[in-house]
Amino acid sequence: MNDLALFFSNIDPGEIALASWETVAMLIGSLALSVALGLPLGVWLSMTSPTGLAPNRLTYGLLSLVVNVLRSIPFVILFILLIPVTLALVGTSLGVRGAIPPLVLGAAPFFARLVETALREVDRSVVEATQALGASKRQIVLHTLLPEAMPSLIAAVTVTAIALVSYTAMAGVVGAGGLGDLAVRYGYQRFQTDVMVVTVALIIVLVQGLQMFGDALVARFHKR
Amino acid sequence: MSLIQFEAIAKRFTASGRSQDALSDVSFAVKRGEVFGIIGLSGSGKSTLVRLINRLETPTRGKVLIDGTDLASLKPRNLIQLRRKLGMIFQQFGLLSSRTARQNVAFALELAKPRLDAGDHTRVDDLLNRVGLGDHAHKYPSQLSGGQKQRVAIARALANSPDILLCDEPTSALDGESTQGVLDLLAELNRDLGLTVVIVTHEMDVVRRICDRVAVLDHGRLAEVGDVAQVLFDPQSDAARSLGRHLLPVPPAGTGPSADRLRLTYFGEVVTGDALSAATQGADVRFSILSGQVSALKSVPYGHLIVDIAGPDRALVIERLQQRGVRVEAAA
Ligand SMILES: Nc1ncnc2c1ncn2[C@@H]1O[C@H](COP(=O)(O)OP(=O)(O)OP(=O)(O)O)[C@@H](O)[C@H]1O
Ligand SMILES: [Mg+2]
Repeated sequence: MNDLALFFSNIDPGEIALASWETVAMLIGSLALSVALGLPLGVWLSMTSPTGLAPNRLTYGLLSLVVNVLRSIPFVILFILLIPVTLALVGTSLGVRGAIPPLVLGAAPFFARLVETALREVDRSVVEATQALGASKRQIVLHTLLPEAMPSLIAAVTVTAIALVSYTAMAGVVGAGGLGDLAVRYGYQRFQTDVMVVTVALIIVLVQGLQMFGDALVARFHKR
Repeated sequence: MSLIQFEAIAKRFTASGRSQDALSDVSFAVKRGEVFGIIGLSGSGKSTLVRLINRLETPTRGKVLIDGTDLASLKPRNLIQLRRKLGMIFQQFGLLSSRTARQNVAFALELAKPRLDAGDHTRVDDLLNRVGLGDHAHKYPSQLSGGQKQRVAIARALANSPDILLCDEPTSALDGESTQGVLDLLAELNRDLGLTVVIVTHEMDVVRRICDRVAVLDHGRLAEVGDVAQVLFDPQSDAARSLGRHLLPVPPAGTGPSADRLRLTYFGEVVTGDALSAATQGADVRFSILSGQVSALKSVPYGHLIVDIAGPDRALVIERLQQRGVRVEAAA
């Protein structure tokens, strides 16, 4: 017991709680915005794709290019590249607020691709049957594609949330705060292994919790 | 006037630089109130042809007219209206997996008006009862059998009271019993509602069971079009012959060829009449049946026999058969 207490001697519960809150705040804020931006972008991609409802090679090519470029830049580099933009948008490049623009720009294109794939995987005969019933394109998207893809879309939100957890940890390295920041400042720079262990454990709990919650939602929406 | 008219239709698909003629110079008409079959081998262009009717595809050349209206002249709004007057069902059913049977049928009505009233809900229930699924209204597609799913799809296709029901291989994913059930339902809807049914299939047996007339497609060309009896028993094209062959009786192995061999075909009351017995009454012939089939085209019974008739009175027997309405042909 004493050994254990000794091992965790560097732990400051207040600081851990604050860092956890920062991570959760970054996650919620960036996830909400990523979904809000990525969903329409994904629908647009799927509509304009060669097999979509309104194929448009030029639009699809441009959207694809932007999405691919944003997705291929490593997140830490994207964060640094975006500092001027972030400053202009939210007035600071530090803390939770400063982390949200780069997190969204990193995650929204990722989510958009997952949305595109989810919509493409909706059974073609369902889309055709809806078309044959005289549905407009808007009705096909709203009443057929999105509801039919709901389990995949929820899974996509889960995957994006988990990716965002790891992005927030990286953002912590460059000034965003949160659990990642704690792990680097204490666990890495000051060799406080106990802080490292606790932050990693909390991140694992967070990821596990997200995955289980997401899976439960998928199961609820799955009627196939 | 014919209800659906194809005029010199051609359809060319261009996919990744390669182009392919799915249909070439196809012209024929479907009459109001008939059950019309479109048959052909895989890739012969059947689906493409039927999808031209509700403009899921547009022709590269030629015209499709419905009730005299050229579909090419329709504006998008009118096209949506047209589609509501054309029901369509598919091999893969096309039901929304996120909705119950009842909600799937209601969906067809919701597309036209977002808030359904009591009358609409009654209509949905009536449709489900009509297709025999009143007890399964609250099940999701995953909880229904293939045959039941196709019935839901039929109820949905009928929701907007269409004049025409387009069916693309509606029974190809079903077992024998469900196939019979769905075909019976289609025939019943045709009879009771005067619904014109266009049914795409690769099985001549489906055509035999419910169609009045049939068009035979062969590599995107119209091989022939005509009454089912004619296309089945007197095919003019190789395509029709090979599609119908397995339905026709053949002499059993080991009987050898014979110069006396005849093919007898007869329809309607001749089937239950005395044509065969009367023809041979007192005649000096040897009459032997090698193979045969008595079945029905839609609701018209027919008999189709391969026989050997030999002996001094052969010509007399043939003449008597023909007088009683039996078609007699040499069968080598
Ligand atoms: N969207 C498309 N793009 C490119 N080629 C197509 C397309 N749709 C059909 N084709 C081609 O057109 C031809 C006719 O296809 P269609 O689907 O009409 O045949 P089918 O008679 O319905 O065949 P099956 O019995 O296999 O359903 C085929 O060679 C097919 O590959
Ligand atoms: Mg087909």
